[in-house]
Amino acid sequence: MIAFVLSRLLQSAVVMVAVAVIAFFLFRYVGDPVLAMTGQETSREDQERLRTQLGLNDPLVVQVFRFLGRGVSGDFGISYRQRRPVTEMLVERLPATLELSVVSALFALAVGIPMGVYSALRRDTWLSRVFQVVSLIGISLPPFLVGILLIFVFAVLLGWLPSSGRGEVVSLGWWTTGFLTLSGLQALLLPALTLGLYQMTLLMRLVRSEMLEVLRTDYVKFARARGLTDRTVHFGHALRNTLVPVITVTALQLGSVIAFAVITETVFQWPGMGYQFIQAVASVDVPVMAAYLVMVGFIFVTINLSADLLYYGVDPRLRLERTVIGGQADRGA
Amino acid sequence: MSWRVGRWHRLRESEIGYSLRRSPLTVFAAMVTLAFAVAAIAAPLLAPHNPYDLASLSLVDALTPPRWDAKGKSEYLLGTDDQGRDVLSTIIYGARLSLAVGATSVLLAASLGVTLGLVSGYVGGRADAVMMRIADVQMSFPAILIALLIDGVLRGVLPLQTSDDLAIVVIILAIGLSTWPQYARTVRASTMVERAKDYVKAAQLIGRHSAAILAHHVLPNVMGPVLVIATIQLAVAIILEATLSFLGVGIPPTTPSLGTMLRIGNNFMFSGQWWIIAFPGVALAMLVLSVNLLGDWLRDVLNPKLR
Amino acid sequence: MTTQSILAVEGLRVEFLTRRGPLVAVDDVSLQVQAGEVLGVVGESGAGKSVMGAAIIGLLEPPGRITGGCVRLEGRRIDDLPNGEMRKIRGKSIGAVFQDPLTSLNPLYTVGRQLVETIRTHTDMTAGQARGRAVQLLGQVGIPEPMARFNAYPHEFSGGMRQRVVIAIALCVKPRLVIADEPTTALDVSIQAQITALLKRLCREQGSAVLLITHDMGVIAETADRVAVMYAGRVVEVGSVFEVAKNPRHPYTQGLMASIPRVGRKVQRLIQIPGAMPRIGNVPEGCAFHPRCPQVLERCRKDRPVVTRSGGIETTCWLYADSEPHG
Repeated sequence: MIAFVLSRLLQSAVVMVAVAVIAFFLFRYVGDPVLAMTGQETSREDQERLRTQLGLNDPLVVQVFRFLGRGVSGDFGISYRQRRPVTEMLVERLPATLELSVVSALFALAVGIPMGVYSALRRDTWLSRVFQVVSLIGISLPPFLVGILLIFVFAVLLGWLPSSGRGEVVSLGWWTTGFLTLSGLQALLLPALTLGLYQMTLLMRLVRSEMLEVLRTDYVKFARARGLTDRTVHFGHALRNTLVPVITVTALQLGSVIAFAVITETVFQWPGMGYQFIQAVASVDVPVMAAYLVMVGFIFVTINLSADLLYYGVDPRLRLERTVIGGQADRGA
Repeated sequence: MSWRVGRWHRLRESEIGYSLRRSPLTVFAAMVTLAFAVAAIAAPLLAPHNPYDLASLSLVDALTPPRWDAKGKSEYLLGTDDQGRDVLSTIIYGARLSLAVGATSVLLAASLGVTLGLVSGYVGGRADAVMMRIADVQMSFPAILIALLIDGVLRGVLPLQTSDDLAIVVIILAIGLSTWPQYARTVRASTMVERAKDYVKAAQLIGRHSAAILAHHVLPNVMGPVLVIATIQLAVAIILEATLSFLGVGIPPTTPSLGTMLRIGNNFMFSGQWWIIAFPGVALAMLVLSVNLLGDWLRDVLNPKLR
Repeated sequence: MTTQSILAVEGLRVEFLTRRGPLVAVDDVSLQVQAGEVLGVVGESGAGKSVMGAAIIGLLEPPGRITGGCVRLEGRRIDDLPNGEMRKIRGKSIGAVFQDPLTSLNPLYTVGRQLVETIRTHTDMTAGQARGRAVQLLGQVGIPEPMARFNAYPHEFSGGMRQRVVIAIALCVKPRLVIADEPTTALDVSIQAQITALLKRLCREQGSAVLLITHDMGVIAETADRVAVMYAGRVVEVGSVFEVAKNPRHPYTQGLMASIPRVGRKVQRLIQIPGAMPRIGNVPEGCAFHPRCPQVLERCRKDRPVVTRSGGIETTCWLYADSEPHG
């Protein structure tokens, strides 16, 4: 158990460092930091002086370590466009993205799993077919198109919900939340729905196909042969076994949510990190891009690690310390 | 005459034909995709205007509603956008651009992925382990993020006044480089299976070059799943392109694709010029849905387990 | 007046409905099993033995359907029961043991839990009582330290031990009939004998009837009292194991017996029956075996043979049709 955890931690650390190094090269070599900061008017000598001051003429290894060191302490430099510390900018936008992501993930789980279970158990009902169609649409339509559609219907035509922004937010320390105001919640609804739809369909399809597989296994057959009630067979056995891979995939999905948040935030002009990232890409604001990369990398690595540990906890087959009963050591069979 | 009838009959009665006939939805999807493909190839012949020819645009006609509206004009069936481009023609040309970019990216990703997969599976050892680790890590990030990153980096690296042709190259590279791992993984697995087989050992004994063995013997045998992946990835590529264009970092508005049209139209949603976003939106949705349906169906037909 | 059989299968017919039309997997099969008796059903893969077993216990997967005949358990018809009724019978009156014990048990639950849930589904025992009974059962099937092993997971047992657990679960509420479908095929040869002996002993003690399905004549010889030989979905010969093995009547059975190499007798080549058993949907007219039969008659090609009984063996073959036709 310890060995497993340690090895996974080590792997995660390696990936993190790799991501950070890539971010460094991004930062350092995409465009010229000095030019971006000073513009055309500064003289050559002043540019050179600035270059040395910033440590851009130091040996590469030194620069990498300095970057890593600063990164660990949370310093990602100054944004080219906004002339503010990048970290400050990111932290400002973090709550918006997190609230959106979490709400949409919860929505996806709450709707997607039951839909998947239903369409696996009752394959030939019309509701099942409706779910199939919905899932096909959900998985085909690009998220931004869904967002536009929702805006069109609910904001333009019906005028019920806002089409952009976060509504009123309440500050709790350094966190800002939209949960506590009506306008905040209203503004959250459409973006969460957009972000959640794709996840929901993925989840539904996954649960359905996993469950269909499980329903065909020998242990389900044996469970039926033992005369266990349908409820026990479907939920106690089939669903339980289905959820094991589903959990890991869902956990991994959480990472994708961060990514799709980029799109959704742009469509709804939601003031989160994703929207910030897009603006940075469009204006080639490299420090922001690099910082976003490192942070996303960190989130992904953490999520993957947690998912692995979770899987380990749930599936007893992975805990292989106990000796096999009835093997060579035991007499007979 | 009779042998022709025979072949058609055999096709209809085969597994594929049977499966296709069973599902009218898939037939519909196939028709739609075919229609788009035809329209895309024959764009100059079909479209009433050429929206990419900047000289032909007249700003006077900008923001005209569709023909059936009171203020519409007869030569612009679905209205015009803010630059005076005919929406219908832009849809046709845009679909063509989207399909072209999508197909090229798939080709790029497939070539890269298949080659790396072949090498990785054949050579094994350290190189294989490293390559697959990279593929795994990249696969654990969503393609859109990687594509965005590559897009951003390339824009930063290229000179400031990038021409629009370069923008298209940038987006093809971004999409292609973000989707290669799928192919690599699958091909690597198949290659490892094939490598253990006798015909490969025989070829090695004769003394043929590894590259030749890979190209002539192994490659044909691993191509099956690659085609299935490629079809599905085509839909993915189209969506990626549309998304990147919508976000403003894809195809620029001078030669708009469907995604770019949506970006433009987004600004006019609230001011009443709904047609700029509605029609391209529907077109994109139909295109993507049909390609997806076809990909799904193809996967079901070629997968013996699901029968 | 014979005592009522526990299991009576009469003229059972099972078809699979495919788009190419119905395919017959079990064709007019009749057999009986008495209390305390082990009836072996032997035949090659594809002969329809497992399909018949699934049909009896009511677990036929669609597109398979029973399209003829009936199945009686202690006189009562069970093949046409609604699913709810059948579920009560399964586990309680009919126990099942399948081929692969690793996949028969849910890997995420302890063996104790799976035993207890079966016990409590069919009886009114409390959790404590059921647990006690479960531990007792584990001991009866030969699991060492049953109390400790109660909380173990399936993957922690060896193959033979797992099958013992499966047997314990199948027999936990003392079913009248036990269907064992290839129970030892996935196990080491050295373990096979122990498992079959265990199964036989327990069933005899409980007075259950056993339907033992296998392709292995050796297992039949060791364990079964009577044997039914199946070919292409039909029963060709039924009789006591001793009689059938010593004096097989049907040419197919003769071929089967001859092809078993015997210890101590040297042979130049293994004897095979030339040709192959017809696949489902490709069964020839008349007698299914006639294309490969060394003693084929003209009649065999056109008419399906009827059952004739002689010396305690029922044979479905035209060669014996002139002696005492079956009533």
